[in-house]
Amino acid sequence: MTVYADNAATTQMSQTALDTIIPLLRETYGNASSIHSTGQEALKILDTARSKVAAALNAEPREIYFTSGGTESDNWAINSAAELGAKQGKKHLISSAIEHHAVLHTLNKLKKNGFEVTLLPVTNEGFVTPESLKAAIRDDTALVTIMQANNEVGTIQPIKELAAIAHERKVPFHTDAVQAVAHIPVDVKALDVDMLSLSGHKFHGPKGVGALYVRKSQKLTPFMEGGAQERSRRAGTENVPGIASMAAALEHSVNNLDANIKAVSALRDKLIAGLPGKLPKVILNGAKDGNLRLPGNVNVCFEGIEGESLLLLLDMAGIRGSSGSACTSGSLDPSHVLLALGLPHGTAHGSLRLSLGEFNTDAEIDYILEQVPPIVERLRAMSPIWEKISKS
Amino acid sequence: MAAYNERVMDHFRNPRNVGVIEDANGVGEVGNAKCGDIMKMYLKIENDVLTDVKFSTFGCGAAVATSSMATELIKGKSINDALKLTNKAVVEALEGLPPVKIHCSVLAEQAVKTAVADYYTRRGLTPPPEAIVEESDEEEFIANDE
Repeated sequence: MTVYADNAATTQMSQTALDTIIPLLRETYGNASSIHSTGQEALKILDTARSKVAAALNAEPREIYFTSGGTESDNWAINSAAELGAKQGKKHLISSAIEHHAVLHTLNKLKKNGFEVTLLPVTNEGFVTPESLKAAIRDDTALVTIMQANNEVGTIQPIKELAAIAHERKVPFHTDAVQAVAHIPVDVKALDVDMLSLSGHKFHGPKGVGALYVRKSQKLTPFMEGGAQERSRRAGTENVPGIASMAAALEHSVNNLDANIKAVSALRDKLIAGLPGKLPKVILNGAKDGNLRLPGNVNVCFEGIEGESLLLLLDMAGIRGSSGSACTSGSLDPSHVLLALGLPHGTAHGSLRLSLGEFNTDAEIDYILEQVPPIVERLRAMSPIWEKISKS
Repeated sequence: MAAYNERVMDHFRNPRNVGVIEDANGVGEVGNAKCGDIMKMYLKIENDVLTDVKFSTFGCGAAVATSSMATELIKGKSINDALKLTNKAVVEALEGLPPVKIHCSVLAEQAVKTAVADYYTRRGLTPPPEAIVEESDEEEFIANDE
C-alpha cells in the first residue's frame, strides 16, 4: 500500500484542477494583454479566476494579485510594508518564532538592511499570545506578520484578535495563510487582515501559482518591473492556465469545506489517538484542541529515535511523511518550530509529521497505525539514547 | 533529505553487527543528541585482535550505514589495523555519501578510536596517539529547504 501523508508539503492535483488546466494549456494560449480575440479569451479566463479567488476569501477581485506561490506572496507583502514603513521612519517589524522560512528569511534580509525585527515567542502548543503582541508593538512598527496556521504542527493562531491589536496602533497586518486557505474558513473581512498569502499547490492546485490578497486601502509597492500586469505591480505575462486551475481547485475546496473538515479531522483524530499504540514516550506536538489545529495535521515525537531514519523506513513501507529532524532540514539543528515550542534538541530530532487530505482514507490510517510501531521499536532497539531513556 | 546509493541503503536496511556486547572490554560513544547523531561502539578484544564488534546508533540513514560499514571493516582485524580506519575508507566502502553526510563517516571513525582508547584506559594503559580523537568544530551546512 502507498499512503501519501505529506499534504502540507504539497498535494496531488484534483480532478477539477486537472480538467481546468489541460484544455487551457492546449487552447487558451493567448497573452491576456493582447487586444485580439485570442488574447481577450485568456483575459476573460483570468478575470473569472480572479473573481473566484476573491469570492473564496470574501474579498473583491481588485484586491487579488496573482503570484508564483506562497513564498513570493510572503516576500512581496513584507518587503512592501517595510519599504512603505521606512518612508515614514518606521523600521520595526513583528513576526513569530514559528513562521515559514519565506517569512523569516525575508525578515532576516531586512534586518541586515537596518530594520529591527521582533519574533514573538509561542506557547508550548504553538500559540502566539495577544499579550506578547501588545507588549512588542511600538510607534515605529511597520508591519505585524503572523501565520494563520503552522505548517509543521498545525496550530491555528487567533488572527482576528492579533490583527485588532495591530490596527489599534495603526499597524498593517499580514498573514501567511498558505496552510489555512481551503482547509479552514478564511474570510479576510472577518479576520480583518490587510494582506494574506496563499499557494495553489497546497489545496490540490498546480505548483508555481499563488496569490496575495491586499485590502484596497492598503498600499502595495511593485514586486517586479515591466509590463502593466496585476495593476502594474507584478509585471510578467500571466500564467493563465495555472491561475485558472488554482481558482477552480480553491472554489471546489471552499464549496466542500465543511464536509472536508469533518472527514479529514476524523482521520487526524483517529491517527493521533492510535499512534502511540503501546509505545511509551510519544509526544503530540502542537495544539491539543482539535478545533485549533489544522484538520489534516498530525505531528508527534518518538523519543530516542531520529526522524530521517524513521522517514526512510516508513517510505520503504509505502508511507510518505516528513520530519523536523536536522538531517531532513539540511542543517545541524532540528526544526525551529519544534525548538520554539520548547522541545529539547534530542526529542525534536525524532519528530514525524503526517499531513492528511481529502484523498486519504480510513484504510490508510489503519495501515499507518499498523506499520509505525514496529518501525519505531526497531529504531529504538538500536538507539543508544533510547537505551538511556528506557533505563531511567 | 539526502538521496543515498544502493550500498548505503543496504547497510541502512540491514545493518551489520547491531547490538550490545555485554562483556565488551572497549566501549566508545561519540556525537551528541543536539546535532542528531550518537554512535556507540562495543569491542571485544583478545590478543590485540577485535574478535567481536557491535554498535548502536541514534541518527540518520548515513549514521546507521557508516556505523555498520565501520564494524565490518574492523571486525577480526588487529588493533593497529583498526586504528588505521579512516572516514574516507568508510565512505569509499559505501561507494559514496552525499556531501552533507560526510560528517557521519567522521563520527564512525571516531567511535572506533574512542572504543580502542577505552580498551587501553580500562587496562590502566595510555592509549596510543592514533586512538586520541580531537574535538572538531561542528561543520556548518547550507540549509536546503523544501
